[in-house]
Amino acid sequence: MAGLKPLKAIPNGAFAYVTKVNTAGLTRRRLLDLGLVPGTRVEVVRRSPMGDPIAVKIRGAIIALRAEESGLVMVRE
Amino acid sequence: MGSTRKEPVIALAGNPNTGKSTLFNALTGLRQHTGNWPGKTVLQTKGSYIYKGRKYTLVDLPGTYSLLANSLEEQVARDFICFGGPDATIVVVDATCLERNLNLALQITEITAKVVVCVNLIDEARRKKLKIDREKLSCLLGVPVVTTAARGGEGLPQLLNLVDQVVKGEIRPQPRLVQYDPEVETAVAKLVPQVKAVLGDLVNARWLSLRLLEGDLTLIEAVEKLTGKNKHVPCGWC
Amino acid sequence: MEFSTPLRRLVATAEEVAGRNQEKIRDSIVKSIYLTAENIAHATACPKVEKSIDWDRKIDDILTSPVWGFPIMFAMLAVVFWVTITGANYPSEVLATGLFWLEDRLTDLFTAMQAPGWLHGLLVCGVYRSLAWVVSVMLPPMAIFFPLFTLLEDAGYLPRIAFNLDCFFKKAGTHGKQALTMCMGFGCNAAGVIACRIIESPRERLIATLTNNFVPCNGRFPTLIALATIFVGGSVALSLRSMVATLTVTGLVVFGIAVTLFVSWLLAKTLLKGELSLFALELPPYRIPKVGQVIVRSVFDRTLFVLARAVLVAAPAGGIIWLFANIPVGEMSLLATFAGWLDPFARHLGLDGFILLAFILGLPANEIVLPILIMAYVSGGALMELDSLAALRHLLVDQHGWTWLTALCTMIFSLCHWPCGTTLFTIRREQRSWRWTIIAAVIPTVIGCGVCLLLNYLVRGLGLI
Ligand SMILES: Nc1nc2c(ncn2[C@@H]2O[C@H](COP(=O)(O)OP(=O)(O)OP(=O)(O)O)[C@@H](O)[C@H]2O)c(=O)[nH]1
Ligand SMILES: [Mg+2]
Repeated sequence: MAGLKPLKAIPNGAFAYVTKVNTAGLTRRRLLDLGLVPGTRVEVVRRSPMGDPIAVKIRGAIIALRAEESGLVMVRE
Repeated sequence: MGSTRKEPVIALAGNPNTGKSTLFNALTGLRQHTGNWPGKTVLQTKGSYIYKGRKYTLVDLPGTYSLLANSLEEQVARDFICFGGPDATIVVVDATCLERNLNLALQITEITAKVVVCVNLIDEARRKKLKIDREKLSCLLGVPVVTTAARGGEGLPQLLNLVDQVVKGEIRPQPRLVQYDPEVETAVAKLVPQVKAVLGDLVNARWLSLRLLEGDLTLIEAVEKLTGKNKHVPCGWC
Repeated sequence: MEFSTPLRRLVATAEEVAGRNQEKIRDSIVKSIYLTAENIAHATACPKVEKSIDWDRKIDDILTSPVWGFPIMFAMLAVVFWVTITGANYPSEVLATGLFWLEDRLTDLFTAMQAPGWLHGLLVCGVYRSLAWVVSVMLPPMAIFFPLFTLLEDAGYLPRIAFNLDCFFKKAGTHGKQALTMCMGFGCNAAGVIACRIIESPRERLIATLTNNFVPCNGRFPTLIALATIFVGGSVALSLRSMVATLTVTGLVVFGIAVTLFVSWLLAKTLLKGELSLFALELPPYRIPKVGQVIVRSVFDRTLFVLARAVLVAAPAGGIIWLFANIPVGEMSLLATFAGWLDPFARHLGLDGFILLAFILGLPANEIVLPILIMAYVSGGALMELDSLAALRHLLVDQHGWTWLTALCTMIFSLCHWPCGTTLFTIRREQRSWRWTIIAAVIPTVIGCGVCLLLNYLVRGLGLI
């Protein structure tokens, strides 16, 4: 699929749509519970001073995610 | 066992940082620590208040985003709502972020119908020029809804009144449940009768069936403890 | 866990119905709930006027900016300490003067009643005087620090600190929420240890628990403030005094953070190896704190509560220490004898026997370390009025040979030594393990001794003193 990227690759201020979560088990469930279900519009709001974690606006709340997690979430711009 | 209990028990559930402890303090006069960061309350606390001459016990639960039991807090909150036998559950939601908060509210109304939704931080919503249609929300959720600003005390009398009515059975909320995909609904339909046969009215059969389908063993453990020893389900931390 | 037969059958049936699709079913359940929530939210909340200024973002642009994020954090810390130090100065003096005036009146009373000397000593020089010290040294800084800190907390700054610092914790192999537990540690390490529950992974929670003590709690930073004001600040012009003292205390706190990261990293590499757990931290919107409410609550609920606890420990401790300081064993008092035993070792650390003894006797509560030390010193020499920091300086420097190095080593040792009794008790309760409780006491002690030893020999070796 064209344009599929990990969430962590999205620049500040840009938004994208979640297409899938590339992990299984507990981590997957936790990420989904945060609202990262396919189809969700997410916006990368900012990066922390050292570049990681990133702050993502997910369903109304701003949530900081480390590269480990935001790399698992695939999005389409 | 708990059957001789006269004081109604009210659980306070909700997402982190929605003002549960602030509400708890406002109602009970206690001094739980509050602060603008998620996860401030880690200990389940009890307090009480008196409304219309009747004493109510209020339990401040840790905030969670979900009740699907992927973390200890979630299990604690879930087990209390499900097995702790609260006479009503107040779900505190953040008016400025309804969508995320309703996710939890919908999960709670799946477990129990005795719910009052408290849309807190209404002052913040006003400040952000956000309007909330309380009546429509109540209608769509199928449970009573009240808007509050716990820090200023706004809306608390209405909240207490609604809770009182739910406890007495004067209001019988009929939650509108989430409709799942057809495959899930079919599977649930298959399981519900069996769950009812085994557990009767102990737990909401539809909800338990859903959890069984996704293989949530922590819940079965909790049920086992309840039926096996018929004892108080430990809240995990106490 | 073993399930009873009917439950087991239920589980088996569910597995059969779900087939191999458990994960898919779960995904679909979560999705359906969120979609329903989304629909309801859209139907009931009027979309906000999107054009209005998003202040939260603007504030975050500054507070978490790559350029300003860190400087502002340290500036914030420094400002809080500066306000605390300068603000506490005057009330401290007033309180001390008042309380020691009262001590004189008590003495008069005892004389008038012809009470025996030991009774006066025990009650006035022991119990009352340590109370007076605890109150006058502790109360003003706490009454200023707590409201300031609570304002930051209520405004929503703490999660931003965690957001800024997370990369360091990640490198150390721990959870970013450890920063939040450290913030709680400023109030009280026992509270910090309890706050560790917000970290879910047992491994990362344990690391946060074991290192929480490197944040100076309110029982210790008044000591740090007093020493910094007397020694470091005392050596410069009056106008710069509180500024220099502030920088010293801030520097010590930053040092404590560095030690925390280092020890966390060490633990994550050795005793507590493991995977990083999921990190997801909500950055809540800023909210304007209710200043009046914050001040009232933090003064009454926190300051007075903590003070009451300190007083409860300080009163009996004061009496006991006075007895120790005045019961002769041969030539010397019991206290001096113990101090004499500790002295050779303590000298290596840049301390002296009395200082080390005060830390040991201060185990029940860090608040009483300084009063114990003063009492131990005073009972040895001429009795004097200790109604100001200047008098304290005189006692320490002129009578007991303190140098800036002694003060620095004492401050570092205060930052890095065994946690107080309450904290140890809390660690034991939270971790349900004596082993980890002991380790929690050993780690900071070893670090503290190591750093003091090194510093002492380095400074002396270089001939800086
Ligand atoms: N403006 C406004 N602020 C509120 C209101 N209720 C609570 N707050 C603030 O919101 C923040 C969070 O409140 P808490 O009561 O600690 O939230 P909680 O739900 O107990 O949070 P957790 O314990 O983390 O789950 C605090 O800073 C409160 O002062 C309100 O009605 N209006
Ligand atoms: Mg709370």
